[in-house]
Amino acid sequence: MTPVATTFFFYFLAIMAIVSAIAVITRRNPVHAALALIVTLLSLAGFYLMLYAPFVAAVQIVLYAGGIMVLFLFVIMLVNLEQNIREYQFNKQWLVGLIASIALGALLLFVFRAGRGTFPSVFYQGYRGLEGDNTQQIGLALYGQYMLPFEIASLLLLVAIVGAVVMAKKRI
Amino acid sequence: MTDIMTLHYLVVAAALFMIGTIGVLTRRNVVIILMSIELILNAVNLNLVAFSRLYGLHGQVFAIFVITDAAAEAAVGLGIIIAFFRNKETVNVDEVDLLKW
Repeated sequence: MTPVATTFFFYFLAIMAIVSAIAVITRRNPVHAALALIVTLLSLAGFYLMLYAPFVAAVQIVLYAGGIMVLFLFVIMLVNLEQNIREYQFNKQWLVGLIASIALGALLLFVFRAGRGTFPSVFYQGYRGLEGDNTQQIGLALYGQYMLPFEIASLLLLVAIVGAVVMAKKRI
Repeated sequence: MTDIMTLHYLVVAAALFMIGTIGVLTRRNVVIILMSIELILNAVNLNLVAFSRLYGLHGQVFAIFVITDAAAEAAVGLGIIIAFFRNKETVNVDEVDLLKW
């Protein structure tokens, strides 16, 4: 099987993801931020395809870029942001944010450097479900080994639906 | 041109995580803070799927659970935003100070 994961494609997707992620947190208009977030999510779906995870890529596009972002855009339309756009968009915490982010990045870089040997480049060999019947394998895992977490997740979604309806009601 | 290793994906995920952290800590608009949380969750998902390429399918299954949690969190968070906007006519987090007494 010829690899999909060409070097050019990886760097193209990485630059697209990071630039649009920066656009998400810097745009003044939340609609523009939501559109930039959609670009980030789609490039992450491309990453999942490169990593031979087609089912997760499809779920990412359908559920994230399709479902959750529509929810975000609905709420952006519902809350009237006309005067909010003209206000100052950042609080006074940029120094704290910068320090926290740099500390986090330094920690991650240290871990990556220290654990270099534990991230081997050889891919998992004794497993055939990664390329051919990925969706079937995920379904078997979800309904077999991960049965209880699956049911707990469905319960969580039910609670979230009830919670969202209660939150958005006029009179509680 | 070198081959793409797992480490490359981890570095991209770390960058996305840092950008999301900055967004959560510095923005005033609650909707964009929720979007930054989505960025952080996606960075974690990229890590999980990258490691599932190494160690088998479990990372992908867990990524699906993370996506489910993100959907639930977005629904409840946006419901809270709507309720809050109805009461105070604003979406800025630094004006949410009802409990700050």
